[in-house]
Amino acid sequence: MLKRLLRDLRWGVLPVPGRVMALVFVAFIFIFPLIVDSPYNLLVFILVNIFVIFAVSWDVLSGYTGQTNFGHALTFGVGAYGAALLNRDLGWPPAATIPVASLAAALIGVGTCLPALRLRGPYLALYTLSLPLMLLGIVRTFREITGGDYGISGISRLADTRIAQYYIVLIVMVVAVLIMWKLTDAGSKLVRTGLIFHAIREDEIAARATGINTIRYKILAFAIGSFFAGLSGALYVHIMRIVTPDVLALTLSFQAIIWVIFGGAVSIYGAVVGVYTLYPLLHIVLRDLSHYRMLILAVLVIVVLLFMPEGVAVWVRSKIERQCPRCKTTNAAHRRECRSCSAALRHVA
Amino acid sequence: MIAPIVVFTLVNGAVYALLASGMTLIFGAARLVNLVHTAFAMLAAYGMFFLVRESGLGIAESGLITLIAIVLLSLLVYQGLLNRVRQHPQAILLITLALGMVFQEVMLLRFTGTPKHMLPFVEGFTTILGVNVRNQYLLVVGGAVAVIIMIMLILRKTKLGITIRAVADDPETANLMGISVPRTLLITMGLGTALAAVAGILMSPVWTLTPFMWLSPLTMILVIVVLGGLGSIKGSLAGAFIIALVENLVVFLLPRYAFLNTTFALAIMAIVLVVRPGGLFGIMFEEEKL
Repeated sequence: MLKRLLRDLRWGVLPVPGRVMALVFVAFIFIFPLIVDSPYNLLVFILVNIFVIFAVSWDVLSGYTGQTNFGHALTFGVGAYGAALLNRDLGWPPAATIPVASLAAALIGVGTCLPALRLRGPYLALYTLSLPLMLLGIVRTFREITGGDYGISGISRLADTRIAQYYIVLIVMVVAVLIMWKLTDAGSKLVRTGLIFHAIREDEIAARATGINTIRYKILAFAIGSFFAGLSGALYVHIMRIVTPDVLALTLSFQAIIWVIFGGAVSIYGAVVGVYTLYPLLHIVLRDLSHYRMLILAVLVIVVLLFMPEGVAVWVRSKIERQCPRCKTTNAAHRRECRSCSAALRHVA
Repeated sequence: MIAPIVVFTLVNGAVYALLASGMTLIFGAARLVNLVHTAFAMLAAYGMFFLVRESGLGIAESGLITLIAIVLLSLLVYQGLLNRVRQHPQAILLITLALGMVFQEVMLLRFTGTPKHMLPFVEGFTTILGVNVRNQYLLVVGGAVAVIIMIMLILRKTKLGITIRAVADDPETANLMGISVPRTLLITMGLGTALAAVAGILMSPVWTLTPFMWLSPLTMILVIVVLGGLGSIKGSLAGAFIIALVENLVVFLLPRYAFLNTTFALAIMAIVLVVRPGGLFGIMFEEEKL
């Protein structure tokens, strides 16, 4: 077992710069609380990890499966309000509220997507955009239950210390991202979902013609995306200990889109990079420039997308890695020959 | 009860129709979801505020200067930013959104977040069907109707209109017929934004000017455009008045739940989409039916 792991590390990871960077990154976020001392910065990175789950779940649904969702805040909000209500009214501990709220979010996600399975592109985007705003209206109407604009506060903590919270969120994040990565991996030998999601995005009619029940897989994609968005919402509530209608606002739905497209859509790592770049940039680096920070952020997004329209992470990866034209192995960009089949790499740009 | 609903539906619907037809024009021809559209209207309203209130110019010349400035800005945006990433719809989506934020933040720095107000262009009231309507509203409706008729005539009768419709229909064939597609798209962008600018100019005394005021109309405009069917101006007009009617019905019949007017409008859109996935007047191609 250990030997196999070492062999994978030596031959599978080290020769590919992107994978080395991912490994270093994961190692770094695990020792991160030892380096950082300010509680504020730690909180920011807890939230970063929560939003990574949220952004990646959007990427699975909208990036991979192509079901453009402009209202992903719906399931985040259902998770958040679900966990808050279960915790406040029934006194459930976080360990119980989070899974139940995530499942509720998945149910709501599937329920709301059922009428929308015929919709596509901008029509689906606007249908989904309307959903969290409708829930927002409901939340504001039933003030006695949801607290209206003041929201629900006094929710129990996820864990007693910030460090413990960080590690819980981090581990949940890593597991969630790994699950979503595996589910969308087109080359996976275990599950076919990745391949089918790609097929639905590229050409749904062709996918149907090859005998795939695309409806079933679209529902599955909605269920996965909604479940993990609900998970991030529930975690968020137990960290912030308050939930307000802001979690259903348009801003949050668009945040997910900004993070994913900035990092690079249809690549799980793009979403991770997007959140890890933009969120700390806004809340730590530009924290003192309150008047200019949104402006700087918006200009940065425009400039970056102008030169890297496929996203930062995808652009960087295309610069440091190259796929072998013959055997599809990923190689470092500086190599002249493929590392597994020694085909020449230089001629193909 | 019925008269105020009718009157206010006409007023709100006219503004929505102006904004939505510009958006749908740009979408129909260039196939880009232009989220910065209502931000141009916001800029136009602030432009009027700046020229009339702060520089003391007359209303007519302020309107003209604002209109020209906004259209030039939109051409610059299209040529400098959007045209370069035309192959990446997602990048376009995000760039237009970020651009709206840039405009918002710049206005926030220049005019601060304090709400601004302007005097109406025309004073007084007119009584229609027993409802006192501010003359400014009549000006808005009249201006909107005139501009929309003008756009329809341009699209139907002129060579430019035929060009735009040809590009919207099939850019490749249009190109083969000797139409310069990039130039047509540029003109369409200017034309569509001019509609937004007119809406902003006409509504500048009615709206409370804040840098964030482009966001909530943006949602409504997207709803209207999709409700009517993307790319169909007729659909946008119908959608605008349907949504305005729903909003006003909620406000007048359920005053306690007036804050739910957006919710109801969205619900109507969702229902229409579930029944007709291509919107009211949208074109569904045979191959796209599932």
